[in-house]
Amino acid sequence: MTPVLAVKNLVKIYRTAGAPVPAVRGVDLEVEQGEFVAVMGPSGSGKSTLVHVMAGLDSRTDGEIWLAGERVDTLGEAAWAVKRRKHIGFVFQFFNLVANMTVADNVELPALLAGQSARQARERRDYLLGELGLTAQADSPPGRLSGGEQQRVALARALANQPTLLLADEPTGNLDSGNTRDVLRLLKAVHGNGQSIVLVTHDARVATMADRVLTLCDGQITDDGRIKGRGGGVSDVVRLRG
Amino acid sequence: MRLQLLALLAKEPAHGYELKQALEQTFGNAYPSPNIGQIYVTLGRLEKDGLVRGVDVEQSNRPNKKVYHLTAAGLDTLAIWADEPTEGPRVRDEFFMKLVLAPMTGMADRMALITRQRRHYLALMQDLNQLLAATDRGNRYAILLIEGAMLHLQADLEWLDRCQEELL
Repeated sequence: MTPVLAVKNLVKIYRTAGAPVPAVRGVDLEVEQGEFVAVMGPSGSGKSTLVHVMAGLDSRTDGEIWLAGERVDTLGEAAWAVKRRKHIGFVFQFFNLVANMTVADNVELPALLAGQSARQARERRDYLLGELGLTAQADSPPGRLSGGEQQRVALARALANQPTLLLADEPTGNLDSGNTRDVLRLLKAVHGNGQSIVLVTHDARVATMADRVLTLCDGQITDDGRIKGRGGGVSDVVRLRG
Repeated sequence: MRLQLLALLAKEPAHGYELKQALEQTFGNAYPSPNIGQIYVTLGRLEKDGLVRGVDVEQSNRPNKKVYHLTAAGLDTLAIWADEPTEGPRVRDEFFMKLVLAPMTGMADRMALITRQRRHYLALMQDLNQLLAATDRGNRYAILLIEGAMLHLQADLEWLDRCQEELL
């Protein structure tokens, strides 16, 4: 089956005033339909840059990005934006909700931008707000909500267009343990419905919910494996790169 | 296990099996279930050291059971234990010894050691996650014990990252 996402020899180098800073240094990765992949690694290892570049939120320096079997990194910005709306949902660490719109409008916006009818967009919005327990907050501005609630709104927004792939960058990084538990429970439920997910986290508790854990160090994948607990602690080797 | 048993006996006299049950109920599933034989051996040693006193209690149509009481010397030992700080962070980490020394033997390379250890910790974390989900929210001691183990594992994983950054 075609992977929902494939990157080949992906490179990202930041060119600032000083010397060029390589953040991602030749990453190869395929994410299969329905897979839940966690990306771990120390601060500065490039894990956040990697998902931003994969989502097209930041440009790549070199390499290829394939979304649902189609190469997107060679598309123009407008054409890629269309693909992105259709295929990618993104959850940020700091929510990134539009402050002067209601919760309901935040969730509805991506569907309208993607060209769905107002009725379809509204139905999808109502369904998501219900599923994520946010119906009562629909008419509030996001700023009135707690951090955990705002992240649930961000998750609803990311799912508005039924994306092929959900990307999340430290979605629990700014939440207390109770809200972390809520967001994780929802991600698990979404994954249970067949949603493919790539999630960046430094929190091993969060990472072990995934089917597969990648370790990034200094812009390169140094391990890629499935976690199998329950006593034995043995995990089968998928690939091991030095 | 000596001091755990003394502490339980300070509350009320008990026989070996009751002590095993008390430990299991207090600390929950994450706590490695104590072996009953080991409890009897420890009680025997405590008795020899004069910290507990065993009293045979006759039972109708069953063998006698021995009920243990804390002695005055046992109480003193407990008081010292309660007053002392407990062992702090370890500087004698088994994995770290291996990481430093094994490559010198030519039998292992550091990247493989770190990767294997990371996977092992992640698998343990997954086990703890499942244990936490299966633990009654009302058992605060058991919940805290598991959460403590998880925080230690998170620190171990971050330390592995540091080792990988510095040594490879």
